[in-house]
Amino acid sequence: MPYEAVIGMEVHAQLITESKMFCHCSSAYASAPPNSHTCPVCLGMPGMLPLANRRAVEATVMMGLALHCAIPLFSKFDRKNYMYPDLPKGYQISQYDMPFARNGSITVPLEQGIKTIRIRRVHLEEDTAKLTHQGGYTLIDFNRSGVPLIEIVTESDIRTAEEAWRYLVALRSILRYLGIGSGNMEEGAMRCEVNISLRPVGREELGTKVEVKNMNSFRAVRQAIAYEIERQTRLLEQGERVEQVTMGWDEANHRTVFQRSKEGAEDYRYFPEPDLPPIIWTEADIDAIRARLPELPDAKLKRLIEQYALKADDAYLLADERATADYFEVAAQACAGVVEAQTVANWLLSELLRLMRESGQELSANPVTAGCLAELLKIVSRGEINATVAKEVLAEMVSSGKSAPEIIQTRGLKQISDADQLRQMVEQVIAANGQAAQQYRDGKDQALRFLIGQVMRQTRGQANVSIVESLLRELLAR
Amino acid sequence: MKLDRDQVLHIAELAKLGLSAEEADRFTVQLSAILEYFELLDQLDTGAIPPTAMAIDQHNVLRKDSAGASLPVETVLQAPRTIGQFIAVKAVLD
Ligand SMILES: [Zn+2]
Repeated sequence: MPYEAVIGMEVHAQLITESKMFCHCSSAYASAPPNSHTCPVCLGMPGMLPLANRRAVEATVMMGLALHCAIPLFSKFDRKNYMYPDLPKGYQISQYDMPFARNGSITVPLEQGIKTIRIRRVHLEEDTAKLTHQGGYTLIDFNRSGVPLIEIVTESDIRTAEEAWRYLVALRSILRYLGIGSGNMEEGAMRCEVNISLRPVGREELGTKVEVKNMNSFRAVRQAIAYEIERQTRLLEQGERVEQVTMGWDEANHRTVFQRSKEGAEDYRYFPEPDLPPIIWTEADIDAIRARLPELPDAKLKRLIEQYALKADDAYLLADERATADYFEVAAQACAGVVEAQTVANWLLSELLRLMRESGQELSANPVTAGCLAELLKIVSRGEINATVAKEVLAEMVSSGKSAPEIIQTRGLKQISDADQLRQMVEQVIAANGQAAQQYRDGKDQALRFLIGQVMRQTRGQANVSIVESLLRELLAR
Repeated sequence: MKLDRDQVLHIAELAKLGLSAEEADRFTVQLSAILEYFELLDQLDTGAIPPTAMAIDQHNVLRKDSAGASLPVETVLQAPRTIGQFIAVKAVLD
């Protein structure tokens, strides 16, 4: 019997703020010595009063708006009670029944088209302290305690590991566009919990939900979900029951492992946080926050496709990061009427970004500005150098910071378009490669590719390919 | 509404309190009495009063996002047990 997975996700994302959620301690917890960013509020001392960070509150509303959520005019904080050493107060300040945002959606591109995933809610809470385990002790660093954290919960609309992964990528992209979070999973700035159940295809009712945790990268989320779907399918096919449990992803062994049973489910005894007055918005407040939203990834994607006639896949890659999209647009506009926007996109995506990865540079901080790339591409379009040489030039532009004309000049890389000069070389190549020449005459077109390659080699890539090709065809036809 | 002994033990467990058998019996009676008092309050007709999460009439009390001084680490490390600059507790497994 074929099964389908029904997946819901809870993502926690740290917000980028200067100070913590409810106190003035710096929220730069990662770089600081342990317990150096703490105060009576974030240490949970009795009698201390929290004061909510406006920027974090507004960032949560921005995220809600970016996810097309409704923003209730009234919302409040609640206490979620549980005992754990990472939580000094014995409760976490969170939001229960009146979150800042609810009922939204996000779109993700899939091979079969665009899919909409519904967002149930976005709420704001505080992060917990960081625990490490050493010998018989648990060590606590309270620097992270009280760092603002948003939780984004989907409806169970996700069906595959691929969709879950696309969802996370889209979410990260929005966080970065808004400038409110890094979405970096490896650094723990974004974490996710996934609940997965299986049901026979076509059936309405849900199977037993299994929760999966402990995934520290986008790849791990994808692998964990794929593994868990397989594990549950196997159980069901063998006529066994899926237990309602929490599983953890075991990165070393690439499998999910049992963590704990869900029996005696959490009893958090939520109640309204008496120390924090509610937040009441006017429509004007929300409009003012909405006005601060930049063009978001889905809108940018649509515009890039329409305005620049880009391939959808390329537009998607460009739109993922705001800086990449901005770079593209500046370069494409500088090339307007000379070089096609799709060509600019190709160079940016396959050449320049690869060079960035190899040299560990950020696109926005590298010496090759969008204007520099445009200059290079215009030189190519004028036929002064060919694409192969241009790739070398670009690599040197990145490493040396020199401009394209300067590199072409000093290295004497100008394309050879002189037909007489090329004719000589082509004749030599035909003479030296009699077998290939014969194969071409016998109708094997690949042989022509080989001969072109030989000419290019002799000229260190500087020959004008189209002239070489027509010369070869002409001389071989004799 | 009367609480039973198991509910009291469950609450004690959530609060990480160890109760003796005698205490469990005593608190079962006392906590039930408190709940019964709330049942008395519950008889009031509050239909015309909107629910509130807050006793005082305040809202949107927010502060500017700016970082200030934290406590000196020596102060924080007056905890009963420390290892290096960490506060240490008996290992918790999860
Ligand atoms: Zn603090």
